[in-house]
Amino acid sequence: MKILVAIKQVPDTATQVKVGADPRVIDTASITWIVSPYDEFAVEEALRIKEKRGQGEVVAVSLGPDRVKEALRSCLAMGCDRALHLNDAVWNGADTLATARALAAVAKQEQPQLVLCGRQAIDDDMGAVTAQLAELLGWPCAYWIMEEAVDADGKTVRAARQVEGGLEVFDLPLPAVLAAQKGLNEPRYPTLKGIMGAKKKEIRDVKASDLGIGAEPPQLSVIGLEALPPRPPGRIIQGDVPTAVKELVRSLREDAKAI
Amino acid sequence: MANAFWCIVEDDRQGAPKKVMSEVIGEASRLAGGQVEAVWLTDKATDAGLKQLGEWGAGKVWLLENAGLAPYRSEVWAGVLADLAAKQSPRAILGAVTSRQRELVPRLAAKLGVGLAADCVALAMDGDKLVATRPVYAGKLLAKVTWAKGPWVATLRPNVFRPADAQPGKTAAVERPAVSLPAAVMKFVERREEVSTGLPELAEAEIVISGGRGMKGPENYVILEDMGRVIGAAVGASRAAVDAGWRPHRFQIGQTGRTISPKLYLGFGVSGAIQHLAGMRTSKIIVAVNKDAEAPIFKIADYGIVADLFEVVPELTKEFKRLLEK
Repeated sequence: MKILVAIKQVPDTATQVKVGADPRVIDTASITWIVSPYDEFAVEEALRIKEKRGQGEVVAVSLGPDRVKEALRSCLAMGCDRALHLNDAVWNGADTLATARALAAVAKQEQPQLVLCGRQAIDDDMGAVTAQLAELLGWPCAYWIMEEAVDADGKTVRAARQVEGGLEVFDLPLPAVLAAQKGLNEPRYPTLKGIMGAKKKEIRDVKASDLGIGAEPPQLSVIGLEALPPRPPGRIIQGDVPTAVKELVRSLREDAKAI
Repeated sequence: MANAFWCIVEDDRQGAPKKVMSEVIGEASRLAGGQVEAVWLTDKATDAGLKQLGEWGAGKVWLLENAGLAPYRSEVWAGVLADLAAKQSPRAILGAVTSRQRELVPRLAAKLGVGLAADCVALAMDGDKLVATRPVYAGKLLAKVTWAKGPWVATLRPNVFRPADAQPGKTAAVERPAVSLPAAVMKFVERREEVSTGLPELAEAEIVISGGRGMKGPENYVILEDMGRVIGAAVGASRAAVDAGWRPHRFQIGQTGRTISPKLYLGFGVSGAIQHLAGMRTSKIIVAVNKDAEAPIFKIADYGIVADLFEVVPELTKEFKRLLEK
């Protein structure tokens, strides 16, 4: 069974992020890059499916500039078999739809039985690519999955999606697209052997023309990024606990009108 | 009507629109200056629900009522919505960030071949273009985005937009177009209910109480739930508490959990790691209680008390009770 895992390279949460000279993008000078955490759940789940079945192939795919190879390399170190790097200036400023179109073209070439993605990338937090990819492929989709099980003959996947108040379980005929939520699994750390082995695995550069995709303007574009407006300065309420608590309740009621 | 602002209805699965729809319809009315239409896909609408949409300001409700729409499946819903959109040519399609719509709305945008702005915290007309503001990079920056063409498709973060001023007695015209359902390939197996805490849902609650590592153990969350019952608050947790196994993941607030934007956030023993702030920094009023005066959460708190939460929480619950019993 072939599984495609779409991942994104994003700034580490703890990294300081500043608006760049071009105010539509961030200053990437001192950014530490990581694989988006939800995508690691997707990679882990793909590897577990393969291991459980005792056969198959896990292909990692990512869209972005040269630095993205490093993120793909970590996926290979975790255990993915090979990687595709969608690396073309055509995709600069790609919105979710352009990204989904590129991934759909890859899926049409690779013909996986299952596509796994993270529930959202933690840079632009759109959470849209998985659903858009499913739409473009005409495949069923389940968001925020907490459990999945591919049946023995590889025809359907049973997935539990997180919704308000519980989980909804569905059988999706394969091929299908799933978005991983935290709680699905605990991603493994690459072993030394995995890291060494990853150096020999293939990361293939894919150009838009390889996918039959031409340049097209994004449907959604960023006009500009800006820092958050500062919050008004806060107040540390002094005094012993009963006094401070009374003052807090009074402030919440009378000043903030929050209760 | 062509050029209307559409609001995709999120309901309680019992025939009533959720409160967040008052915010979506309210914002649509401010932007559109009229021509606001609700589009409701459901297996069961109620008259009370339709009346509610009218009072919030929907001039028309497109009611797509069909047993095949439950349970929700994006493959079915996106097709139904796209068909109606093709006939009616709305100017904008607005939804709310909920478990269904976070999947449905992007899928619809892809079907229509237009841009999507998810989880918006502000919308404004700039001439004849819509501009959306949305948090990015763990809420450290705001991005202003716009669309190449219409319909403009967006989802709105709950609790951020000002609710509609309800107009009692105002009614919406109800249109019931024929629904032809695309074939569903996903088969429903079961729904597993969570053990209910009896408290509001995290993402929708107007008041959220959060317990961090300072809670010291899972057994202590009961004091936060007691407070939650007094003030009608949801109770969440930081990643540290969830990763320690004290609370199930569905209660996690932050970058790898739920994003919340309540009117009032009360954090107890929460340090305020960036990853937590990403999920709650758009809260209107932030209260922090922590023994450590250097905890980063105090930098964004409106009110702080530097003290042991185990002394503060019971006292605060008592004071809230006294206030609300007045």
